[in-house]
Amino acid sequence: MQEVLAKLEQMRAAARAGGGERRIEGQHAKGKLTARERLELLLDEGSFEEWDMFVEHRCADFGMQEQKVPGDGVVTGHGTVNGRLVFVFSQDFTVFGGSLSEAHAEKICKVMDQALKVGAPVIGLNDSGGARIQEGVASLGGYAEVFQRNVMASGVVPQISLIMGPCAGGAVYSPAMTDFIFMVKDSSYMFVTGPDVVKTVTHEIVTAEELGGAVTHTAKSGVADLAFENDVEALLQTRRFIDFLPLSNREKPPVRVTADPTNRDDFSLDTLVPANPNKPYDMKELILKVADEADFFEIQPDYAKNIITGFARINGGSVGIVANQPVVLAGCLDIQSAIKAARFVRFCDAFNIPIVTFVDVPGFLPGTAQEYNGIIKHGAKLLFAYAEATVPKVTVITRKAYGGAYDVMASKHLRGDVNYAWPTAEIAVMGPKGAVEIIFRSDIGDPEKIEQRTEEYRQKFATPFVAGSRGYVDDVIMPHGTRRRVSKALAMLRNKQLENPWKKHDNLPL
Amino acid sequence: MFTKILIANRGEIACRVIKTARRMGIKTVAVYSEADSAALHVEMADEKVLIGPAPSAQSYLVADRIIEACKRTGAQAVHPGYGFLSEKAEFCEALKANGITFIGPDVRAIGAMGDKIESKKLARDAGVSTVPGYLGVIPDEEEAVRIAKDIGYPVMIKASAGGGGKGMRVAWNDDQAREGFRSATNEARSSFADDRVFVEKYIEQPRHIEIQVLGDAFGNTLYLGERECSIQRRHQKVIEEAPSPFIDPATRKAMGEQAVALAKAVEYKSAGTVEFIVDANRNFYFLEMNTRLQVEHPVTEMVVGLDLVEQMIRIAAGERLKLQQSDVELSGWSIEARVYAEDPTRGFLPSTGRLTRYVPPAEDAHTRVDTGVYDGGEISMFYDPMIAKLVSRGADRNSAIHHMREALDKFQIRGVAHNISFLSALMNHSRFVEGRLTTNFIAEEFPDGFHGLSLDTDTNERLMAVAASVQRQVEERAGTISGQQSGARHAVGRCWVVRTERTNHACTVDPVDDGYDVVFGGKRFEVRSDWEIGQPLWTGTVNYRPLSIQLDRAGTGYRLIHAGAEMKAQVLTPRAAQLADLMPVKLPPDMSKFLLSPMPGLLARVAVEVGQEVKAGQELAVVEAMKMENLLRAEQDGKVEKIHAAPGSSLAVDQIIIEFA
Repeated sequence: MQEVLAKLEQMRAAARAGGGERRIEGQHAKGKLTARERLELLLDEGSFEEWDMFVEHRCADFGMQEQKVPGDGVVTGHGTVNGRLVFVFSQDFTVFGGSLSEAHAEKICKVMDQALKVGAPVIGLNDSGGARIQEGVASLGGYAEVFQRNVMASGVVPQISLIMGPCAGGAVYSPAMTDFIFMVKDSSYMFVTGPDVVKTVTHEIVTAEELGGAVTHTAKSGVADLAFENDVEALLQTRRFIDFLPLSNREKPPVRVTADPTNRDDFSLDTLVPANPNKPYDMKELILKVADEADFFEIQPDYAKNIITGFARINGGSVGIVANQPVVLAGCLDIQSAIKAARFVRFCDAFNIPIVTFVDVPGFLPGTAQEYNGIIKHGAKLLFAYAEATVPKVTVITRKAYGGAYDVMASKHLRGDVNYAWPTAEIAVMGPKGAVEIIFRSDIGDPEKIEQRTEEYRQKFATPFVAGSRGYVDDVIMPHGTRRRVSKALAMLRNKQLENPWKKHDNLPL
Repeated sequence: MFTKILIANRGEIACRVIKTARRMGIKTVAVYSEADSAALHVEMADEKVLIGPAPSAQSYLVADRIIEACKRTGAQAVHPGYGFLSEKAEFCEALKANGITFIGPDVRAIGAMGDKIESKKLARDAGVSTVPGYLGVIPDEEEAVRIAKDIGYPVMIKASAGGGGKGMRVAWNDDQAREGFRSATNEARSSFADDRVFVEKYIEQPRHIEIQVLGDAFGNTLYLGERECSIQRRHQKVIEEAPSPFIDPATRKAMGEQAVALAKAVEYKSAGTVEFIVDANRNFYFLEMNTRLQVEHPVTEMVVGLDLVEQMIRIAAGERLKLQQSDVELSGWSIEARVYAEDPTRGFLPSTGRLTRYVPPAEDAHTRVDTGVYDGGEISMFYDPMIAKLVSRGADRNSAIHHMREALDKFQIRGVAHNISFLSALMNHSRFVEGRLTTNFIAEEFPDGFHGLSLDTDTNERLMAVAASVQRQVEERAGTISGQQSGARHAVGRCWVVRTERTNHACTVDPVDDGYDVVFGGKRFEVRSDWEIGQPLWTGTVNYRPLSIQLDRAGTGYRLIHAGAEMKAQVLTPRAAQLADLMPVKLPPDMSKFLLSPMPGLLARVAVEVGQEVKAGQELAVVEAMKMENLLRAEQDGKVEKIHAAPGSSLAVDQIIIEFA
């Protein structure tokens, strides 16, 4: 017995040592933490239950049988974040460069399978050189096994990928199918083909950072959701993030205590919308003032900034927030913003998170770039996502809600549960000027007449009252009471039940 | 007494006049420009009249519009506040012609004192001591240089119609005299539509001390003590106080009596101010008389216990002063700090925009806030960027300083840049506390501008203790989340590390009944507060001493603002702090190769071309903001690689204008 215990301790020590001191130093020198250090930061102290510490690869080619490290380059198991269960895998770059072997993949699959059974999120910390080349197709098979599980878990448990080192080739497709991708600036990158191949094939010269770094993917491609300064920031923010999410689609989103009163009026909001309808204002101010404790966890803050997406709490419970941002492109919808918001809405709907939408949208962005690239199809994604969502949907129109974009933005017609409008709302087919130029085309030569007609149109339609008279908005509310009213609406909707007809799956315009 | 008066002004002073009028049972009429339709003074008044578009030359400065508004509303009198039409004799005359009372002195007094040259002559004749100088109008640059040489450098070139620091230049040599004449003339023309300037001796180590006078129509004239306004930045007053720490009773009496003599010489009937410049030997020289209510009048009100606006209204209504000079007693000390929308760390560039949060400290026996804006209001580019005047009162100077510091700590402004940190720095400056002031104080003590304050060790530790307690509170609350695994409830540790600027400070945090006890290396801090998570202002005590901190979340840490300084603190578990030490230091990108716009504004012109070699100090571009031209100069020698913004384009803050090779 003593002997076995000594051996156990010895094996554990070997596993904990990972790739050895020298490689750990190398990892630190690159500004990166080791796989285990990362888990220490991510999980509650002492909560980590490690699995498969003794798993080793089974490769006997190219001298691999001589090189075995217990754990085989990935640390897996479960633990808690503020007391709530999460499953984790953390790739260890110090062991075979974190490369994915068949055994490595099996470890990941094991936690994913278990997470799906018990209903808890999977957080993957990615830091891997790629496939274990020595294993050949066995490694590729391993990837595919993970991919299949990513898909099965999608919409059942939240999946979060942290890219904390290289992630290239086929390896990118596992994170790509998870719900959120967070990256670390300067020490992580993701691409399907690296700079060398790019240079050979297209003669483009580009660095790994430019091709697939955190800034590229959070600002240009939209592949990743957030970029953090370093590993510590990324992991602590992930803890903050987990607090917003339910553990699975079988649960309601978490609730925590807050001292921020739901009836807190904020009179500064009464002057948020400028008198001039063409002047922008920062919609984030409204979000921060409506949210509990001004706490807003924004998703994709640097991509398609004309729409804002992110998580907040109202009366302690999580909500997803979607808002047009008048500061950028006047808040209009375009391809990128439609895709960004559609994906966010679908995540919220999958995980029972109520959606609060703040609307100030002048329409869709015109132009050949938009049409040639398929704004019809991509814009439809957001429409589809909102229409399909069965979670509580509360909408506040602050200013413009014009044309098709009005319909899209969680309108009453798309089963919006509670739709409010501020007195400054203008709900119409288009802006007064454009409308008059169509309706009164014959008067175009007469600026005086046009001005008079425009004013008429403005009086009549650039208000919330026409929509109100038809019940398309449930009430016109004062800006200062927005938090109170939204909070009441959400409380009323707490036990909302709505089901879509049975289908194998829908056919979202991809 | 009047039953309705009109206030021909905006901002805090309009609000302040309305308050007194309302207390006296007088109805008020506000006038406003299109830019001010949602301004506080408009909201406070009983009636409002729109008088034109945003630029003041088309609204607040148009006498006819004001008179029309009086007629329309039946206002019997006009209080002009300060600035705008307050010292325009023609305005007074026009009011008189329309049978409307001007709440202020007579046309003659305004006329006589409004012209700086005239007023000097009058003062000299009334036996008031004046600064050596040339009082004639100067026709050209060369004449300016000749006169300056006669008086002896340094000299001051000033606009005859000037005020508020506009149109004033100091010259130490012939070149500067030429340049000063040119720019003073230009500025005088654009600001006052009157380009006459004059030259006088520039007094070194000067203090600016002024006497408040009050006269009625029956020949009673009093002086209400002095105000010291030496803390100025480019001739713009920043801090004012009453009394002056420099003036003894004999000097006060001498200055007061001269001021009264001057007031009597022009039959002054209202509140007015006689400004003096005082040298290190307490010699005082007449500068000018302001025939209006001064911005800084509240400090006098605080120490003499009078409402000057009320006195002005009563005098204008023909009442007799109920006081005699012997009734005037100074009691206690009062300090005023001008809160401006300007960024002290960026050379005090003005800032405009929406006040996303505006919460001034609560008014009490020690604190007065004269404000013209509100939470969610706007600092408009069209007018003076003053947000509020914060006034403190105490039994003595130290106590007034103490109350001012506390009030500044609680003053919450977000959305526009503001100078609260700079005001705090002044209040905490040892030379200010000692009262060793001159009008060069700011230039001498902040020669390279203001770059924020660093905290003393004691304050630093107290802030860190608060940060630690806040983190513990946040952690405890994190443990209230639903859905925790049974048997795995979130546990809150007692050992923490407060991390500031990559330095770790280990501590223990233990909850007690009404707060937390925080211990850093054997040093104990009893932190007590009823602060709740999310509140932007933390108030409480640390070791029984009161403390107010503005607290914002910043990433995974906090930003604590106190006493003009800012601390960024992260509170981590000991293990996390250890790992955080492994994180690389990332240097911010080198922007020295770029000329960035220091403020939002309009690019008026670019003075260089691509490929041009520039020398440090050379003019590169001019950005126009708040009607002011801001000259951007090269910080180092270099060659222009690319010009990124075209003249006439509007710029965001930090937008690249020029790139250097």
